[in-house]
Amino acid sequence: MLSEEVKRKIEKETRIYPTKQAACIEALTTVQREQGWVDDAALTEIAGLLEMTPDELDGVATFYNLVFRRRVGRHVILVCNSVSCWVMGYDSIRAHLEQTLGIRLGETTADGRFTLLPIVCLGACDHAPAMMIDLELHGDLTAEKVDAILARYV
Amino acid sequence: MERPLTDNLRADGQPLSLREYMGCGGYKALGDALRGLAPADVTKAVKDSRLRGRGGAGFPTGLKWSFIETGPGAPEPRYVVCNADEMEPGTFKDKVLLLGNPHLLIEGILLAGYAVQAQAGYIFLRGEYAEAGRRVQVAIEEAYENRYVGRNILRSDFSFDLHLHMSAGRYMCGEETGLLNALEGRRANPRGKPPYPASVGLWGKPTVVNNVETLCCVPHILRNGADAFLKLSKTSDGGTKLYGVSGKVKHPGIWELPMGTSLREIIEEHAGGMQEGLGLRAVIPGGASTEFVLEKDLDIPMDFDSLKQVKSRMGTGTVIVLDDQTCPVSMVWNLEQFFAQESCGWCTPCWAGLAWVAETLFAIEHGGGKPEDLDILDMHVNLLGPPGHTFCALAPGAIEPLESALRHFRDEFVRHIEQKHCPYMARQSAAGVE
Repeated sequence: MLSEEVKRKIEKETRIYPTKQAACIEALTTVQREQGWVDDAALTEIAGLLEMTPDELDGVATFYNLVFRRRVGRHVILVCNSVSCWVMGYDSIRAHLEQTLGIRLGETTADGRFTLLPIVCLGACDHAPAMMIDLELHGDLTAEKVDAILARYV
Repeated sequence: MERPLTDNLRADGQPLSLREYMGCGGYKALGDALRGLAPADVTKAVKDSRLRGRGGAGFPTGLKWSFIETGPGAPEPRYVVCNADEMEPGTFKDKVLLLGNPHLLIEGILLAGYAVQAQAGYIFLRGEYAEAGRRVQVAIEEAYENRYVGRNILRSDFSFDLHLHMSAGRYMCGEETGLLNALEGRRANPRGKPPYPASVGLWGKPTVVNNVETLCCVPHILRNGADAFLKLSKTSDGGTKLYGVSGKVKHPGIWELPMGTSLREIIEEHAGGMQEGLGLRAVIPGGASTEFVLEKDLDIPMDFDSLKQVKSRMGTGTVIVLDDQTCPVSMVWNLEQFFAQESCGWCTPCWAGLAWVAETLFAIEHGGGKPEDLDILDMHVNLLGPPGHTFCALAPGAIEPLESALRHFRDEFVRHIEQKHCPYMARQSAAGVE
C-alpha cells in the first residue's frame, strides 16, 4: 500500500500537467525513493491513481534507466561506461568494484547493501572515470578512492 | 573578452540567487521586452543575432520560433520546452549553466515564451542531474514569488507558468519528439515528422523545444542587441560557445569562447594539451554522434559550417580526445555499444542494425573478425547513415563515428582482423561485454 504522503506527492505532481499520465515518471521515482524499487503492487496502485492500465505503466517504467522494477540493494552504484569514462579507465574501476563487492554488473551483494549497474554518460566527463551512488556523483575515481567512498554507504 | 553565459558565475560554485542575478542586470531584458517590444520583435532580434541551436543540430533559433502561429484564432495553449536532457556521451556543458545560473535559463525561457506567446513551459531535466534539479526548482520558486513567472508577469498582460520535469534517464529523451512523448508520460519513442512540434507538439499543441545553452543566450541578445551578439563570434553565426574537452588531456573542462575558436586552441591552450607521454591522434569534436577529426585538421574553427570541410560536425561542442595509445577500434566499439543499447526499438533498421554493428566490432576487437566484416560495417554505414531510413537521428548519429573511423583508421581494422587480436593489447575492454 502506498503511504498517504506518497499519494499526496503524486497528486500534487499531476497538477502541473494537463493529463494525469504525464506525472507517471515522477510517481514511479517517488515510490522508489520510499521503498527502493517499484514492485508489482505499487505499480498497480500508481496506475490506478493515474488512470492508466498496469501494463501501460509498466511499458513506461521498463523504458527508463533509473526506474527499477526488480529489487535492488540499499545503495545503487551506477558506474559510467560511456566513451570519456571508458578512455579514462572505466574498465579498471568496474573490475575493482566487481572484485571488492564480489558481484558482477547487474547483481546485488548477498547482504543487500549494494547493487552494481552500468549507466550511460553522467555528464561528468571532466572528472572521468565517474560513478553515482544513490544519485550522488563521485568523480576522478581511483581504486583507493572507490574504497573510501564505498565505506561511507552502510 | 565578454562571456555572457559564464561571466557572472560565482567562484564558489553555488548558484546565483535571484537577487544576485538581478544585480548583474538579470531580468532586465525580460522587463524591457514586456514593456516595449512586440513578441515578433523578440523573434526578430534572435533571428538577426544568428543564434543557432546549441543542442547539436544548429538550427536557427529565431526561425524555429517564427514557425509558431500566434495571433487571434491560433491554436492554444502553446508551450516552450527546455531540453536539459544532456545525455550525449562526452557532453557536460549545460550542467555548468543549470548548476551555476538557473535564473539565466529561466529568463531565456520567458523571453522565448513571450516571443511565441506561450502559456506554459517545462524544463525537461535528466534524472541523473539531481543537484541541478534542486537548484532549478529553487530558482523557479523564487521567480514565482517575485512575479517573474506566473500570472501577469511584472504587471504586464503576459502570463506564463514554468515547471520542472525530472526524467528518469534514457538517451532517446534528448531527441525532440522522443522528449515530448517522455514529458507526456510515455516511452520516449520518436514521432513521425511532419508535423513538426511547432504545429503539433506537446499534447498536440504548438511547441518550441530549445536546448539550455541556446535559451541562455537569449537575454544577452535582447539586452545588448543582435549586433553585439554577432560581434562575440569569429564567424557569421552569433555568440560565444561553451566548448569542452575530455579524455587524456592535462586539464579537462568547459570554457566559454568566441564561436569559431579553433580546435587546436581549445585543446592546447585551454585544456593544456595532452598528458605527458601521450600524443593526440584524433578527436570527436562534439559528443559521441560526430565524426572523428584527425590531428592534422585541428586548426579548423569549431563552428557549425567549418567542420563540414573535414566531413564532421560541431555537435554539442564538447570534444573527446583519442590519444595515440588508445585503440580506435575499441573506442568505436564502445560508442556503438552505447547506441545499440540506447536505441529505443521503434525502427527496425536502428535496433537490429546497431546491434549487428556492435557485435561485429566486438568480434573484430577480440580477435574473431573476418575480412568480410568490413563489408558488413560498410553496408550499415550506407543503410543507416543517410537520413530517412529511421524516424529520428539516433541511427544516423551512431553511424558518424563509425563511418569516419572506417575512413580514417581502416588499416587498424584490417590489422585487428589479420592479427586476430587487438594490437593495442587491449588493456581496456570496452563497456558492457558481459
